[in-house]
Amino acid sequence: MRQIKVDLIEERVAQAVIDANTVLPKDVHGALQTARERETHPAARRFLQIMLENADIACRDRMALCQDCGMVVAHVKLGQEVQLIGGSLETAINRGISTGYQRGYLRKSVVRDPLARINTGDNTPAIVHISLVAGDVLQITLMPKGAGSENMGQLAMLKPSAGVEGVKEFILQVVRAAAGNPCPPVIVGVGIGGNMEKAALLAKHALLREVGRPNESPDLAELETEMLTRINASGIGVMGIGGNNTALAVNIETYPTHIACLPVAVNLGCHSTRRIKLEF
Amino acid sequence: MKTIRAPLELEDIRSLQVGDEVLVEGTIYAARDQAHQRMAEAIRAGRELPFDLRGQIIYYVGPCPAPPGRVIGSAGPTTSGRMDAYAPLLIARGLRVMIGKGSRNQEVKKAMRENGAVYLLTVGGAGAYLAERITAAEVIAYPELGPEALYRLEVRDFPCIVAIDAEGHDIYERPKE
Repeated sequence: MRQIKVDLIEERVAQAVIDANTVLPKDVHGALQTARERETHPAARRFLQIMLENADIACRDRMALCQDCGMVVAHVKLGQEVQLIGGSLETAINRGISTGYQRGYLRKSVVRDPLARINTGDNTPAIVHISLVAGDVLQITLMPKGAGSENMGQLAMLKPSAGVEGVKEFILQVVRAAAGNPCPPVIVGVGIGGNMEKAALLAKHALLREVGRPNESPDLAELETEMLTRINASGIGVMGIGGNNTALAVNIETYPTHIACLPVAVNLGCHSTRRIKLEF
Repeated sequence: MKTIRAPLELEDIRSLQVGDEVLVEGTIYAARDQAHQRMAEAIRAGRELPFDLRGQIIYYVGPCPAPPGRVIGSAGPTTSGRMDAYAPLLIARGLRVMIGKGSRNQEVKKAMRENGAVYLLTVGGAGAYLAERITAAEVIAYPELGPEALYRLEVRDFPCIVAIDAEGHDIYERPKE
């Protein structure tokens, strides 16, 4: 059985949260460049230029891309043949986050209790999703997710009779209601199927997929393209000021569901959607 | 491109129209949710505010900690709508300009029309870029709030666009293509 010390996880997470907050993923950077080339609205083009310069400055000076360094969502893929030694996985991830957010001058935005609202002071705890898989792999994908975009997500438990047209209408409705708030151009993560929490989780997972990589199912890939075109025709535009770039991508994930259910969740990622994958 | 600097008079505000791109220069104040709540409480209780609002500019931001050798950490705008509950009270006390991101409600727009104020949008998520345009930062009240403290900032070439002007024209409500 493969053994991995949790100390190693802690150390790598500490560095990874700094990297994730300061270096824009290549695919997102590329998509912003493409958006700038095709933008027709002059002020929106200047805003896109500023977003790209922001990414350069953040990377060069190791400054946070955005002052909202998010609450960290950790997606863990843990092989059944891996034994973690020296302590708990969640504790190691949280310790790494605590160290990284201090060391990287990142903003601490987590409150201990949603009602009393006292800051924990070190941006912990993370939200950890673990899936147990075959083999001896350990993969941790970290996503520091800001609240501007997270607050604009929605879930609908549609009737099956609503069909694909109902799903399309709901996606458009969420994007229109969000308008400039989630810092467009956004990445639209969509989860269809499962149940209430599964749809929400699928929508979050959809944001982890690279911009420009379509769903493997041709039907869903077509739906993604159609929705991207329609969202970009909405005229919301960069930061809501108008123009032809409201979204960089629409990523859809699906799962089997109950005969009586058609859950749809939409989770929005901002123009600086941050994520980093660690492999052990 | 127009440049604006506080203190601003009514005529300065009226000259700004929705969609105008402007650069902000000079002194602005940084405040977000909790600093607004405290200022609103002070106004309602008849207590003095940490600074005179007349003619001033408030930027909705909760910055990152300043790395060594920097005056401030990453400092982009936060969603303005969360300050809607407090903004009319501040506008009635003379606040002329708000800088943030996202839409505002009808009460805020009404207060802006009645008192002469504008709402500027800057680039959300451009925290590192905007921090380079902040040349000085000082906490002037509520230091215990950390990133939510009230700051006095000095800015130069701080890029904004008029999102809602003093006549209530709203960039988010313009007909879309």
